[in-house]
Amino acid sequence: MASPITPVTPLTANPQTAAKPALLNIRNVAKTFGRNPVLRNVSLEIAEGEFLTILGESGSGKTTLLRIIAGFETASSGELWMGPERLDHQPPYRRRVNTVFQNYALFPHLTVEQNVGYGLRVAKRPAAEIAHRVAEALDKVKMTAYAKSKPSKISGGQQQRVALARALVNRPRLLLLDEPLSALDANLRRQMQVELKSLQREVGIAFVFVTHDQEEAMVMSDRIALLRSGELEQVATPREIYNRPATAYVAQFIGHTNLLKGEIQKGVARCASLTWPAPLPDGPVLFSLRPEHVRLAGAPAGRTNDTTVRIRGRVLHQAFHGATELIRVQCADGLVLILRTASDPEVHNEVELEFSAADAMLVRESPERT
Amino acid sequence: MFSRAYKTVVTVPPLLWVTGFLLAPYLLMFCYSFWSVSPQQVIVHSWNLENYTDLLRKAVYRQTLLRSMWIAARVMLFSLLLGYPLAYFLSFYAGKRKDLLYQLVIIPLWVSYLVRAYAWKTILGSDGVLNTLLQYVHLTKHPLDFLLYSPFAVVLTLTHIYTPFTFLPIYAALEHIPRNLVEASHDLGATPAQTFWKVILPLSIPGVVAGATFAFVLSLGDFLAPLLLGGPSGIMISNIVVSLFGAAYNWPMGAAISLGMLVIVVSLLFLSERLEKKWSFS
Repeated sequence: MASPITPVTPLTANPQTAAKPALLNIRNVAKTFGRNPVLRNVSLEIAEGEFLTILGESGSGKTTLLRIIAGFETASSGELWMGPERLDHQPPYRRRVNTVFQNYALFPHLTVEQNVGYGLRVAKRPAAEIAHRVAEALDKVKMTAYAKSKPSKISGGQQQRVALARALVNRPRLLLLDEPLSALDANLRRQMQVELKSLQREVGIAFVFVTHDQEEAMVMSDRIALLRSGELEQVATPREIYNRPATAYVAQFIGHTNLLKGEIQKGVARCASLTWPAPLPDGPVLFSLRPEHVRLAGAPAGRTNDTTVRIRGRVLHQAFHGATELIRVQCADGLVLILRTASDPEVHNEVELEFSAADAMLVRESPERT
Repeated sequence: MFSRAYKTVVTVPPLLWVTGFLLAPYLLMFCYSFWSVSPQQVIVHSWNLENYTDLLRKAVYRQTLLRSMWIAARVMLFSLLLGYPLAYFLSFYAGKRKDLLYQLVIIPLWVSYLVRAYAWKTILGSDGVLNTLLQYVHLTKHPLDFLLYSPFAVVLTLTHIYTPFTFLPIYAALEHIPRNLVEASHDLGATPAQTFWKVILPLSIPGVVAGATFAFVLSLGDFLAPLLLGGPSGIMISNIVVSLFGAAYNWPMGAAISLGMLVIVVSLLFLSERLEKKWSFS
């Protein structure tokens, strides 16, 4: 039988990227501003051609990490290696890393075309090559028509594309993107997520994308590195991070979840009045149970062979989300469970809930950090 | 939004002020500039253009005007050469000492202009600090006499006095440059020097234009520095205006020169505003 208990995912082990050569090695990087630690002991490998998202709340240190990679900040300790080359001793203008800034940082005195050609001009490339590559880059982001415009004359989304072209035209080995979509409205944002992802596939350059938006991270990334208070909480593929969150924090940050605090006694998990068999050593435990794994009794079960846990409760709140609804149910002993069902107005006040014991994922308690 | 009475109360006093103390005197000057003085030292109210033709034709006026412009141009150049690096250093590299250094640049502006001009007199005079020092270290045998009572002394003093005026707008322009543009430039492979020439300098042009205009316009009309330190070879056009309105008693000629300068200054201000607009992107 499949054990409901999954071992906590190690931070760096990843079958998908292990085969690819590492492009950038971040080793034990720490950063303090004054006496304030912003990053603590961050180690991360970025693979060739990978789309890695650094996800975290504001103040988690994600932008600082990006700025250290770009060279705008120096790490208080730790090293950056790009292949055999030590990166953190190089000034930003010698690193083969380019950045798309949060507010795009287009040069206001230069036209779109001049902005895109800037990196090639300072590298003193021949004029014909510059013209050719700039035209190509503008074409790739569909901004050819605006080549002669000043940045102030084009929209936010267009500035975004120009910033992207300006960075990519230099053929960097690594592209850093600092919340590049945060200034766009929701529709444009979704559209740009798709475009950005397919552009990344096309150019094959590794992207390190910083965002605080977990949905965006899930949609775009090959891997997500979740930062919390300057420490990596988990690094894994979007599926893995959602299905097997390492800690309670990860489980709550990515999507919705029910955190069940309980205890193991002689191979039985107890959580409020709920019990199910769990072959674990005795002691306090924490489970994450996704709302979609909780169902109204009688609904078709996902897993059939497992122990089914049942509980009665009263509906507190019903939130319509289009295709699905989230329902909050007050159960006995003060336990509140959220469940996701297909949209169905026919929900009674008194309900019986059930879930498969195998869907309750063991997670670590997230340590307190300040 | 505001009542009629309120609008009247706030607009009428400044209007009266401008009319009474600016427009009326200018109009009076304008009239004077077309009159003349009889041999009996009486102002004759007969309209003619003679003062203006004199201004262009008489060597003393033309040369003094040209010399004043040349002095003002040098003051402008030197205060830019001093003010820009100072502003650049303060804005980009001063770090925590920024505010202190900024105050140090501003403090001399609190000291009376006259005191600062006199200070240069004691430094540059033939028994002054500089000459004494030069002779003491045996670099020179006799006092250097070109130091004081020369255009050199005027340019030096005016540069000292007006450099903060050039510094301020340049500093403001530099402070307004978003720092992520500098980062973007480095990110794209530009060295600090390339970043300066391609990003920082172009974006600070409005400040440079404003600062240069301040230095030129203020120096052009200056009369105290040439009076105290200029000597006969350092006379500037304002000294002539002062004497025409005083001892020489030729108000019409003085008015004509003043209006001529006004035309020069106003066209400069107009030009500099155009330039600033052309180079501002925010």
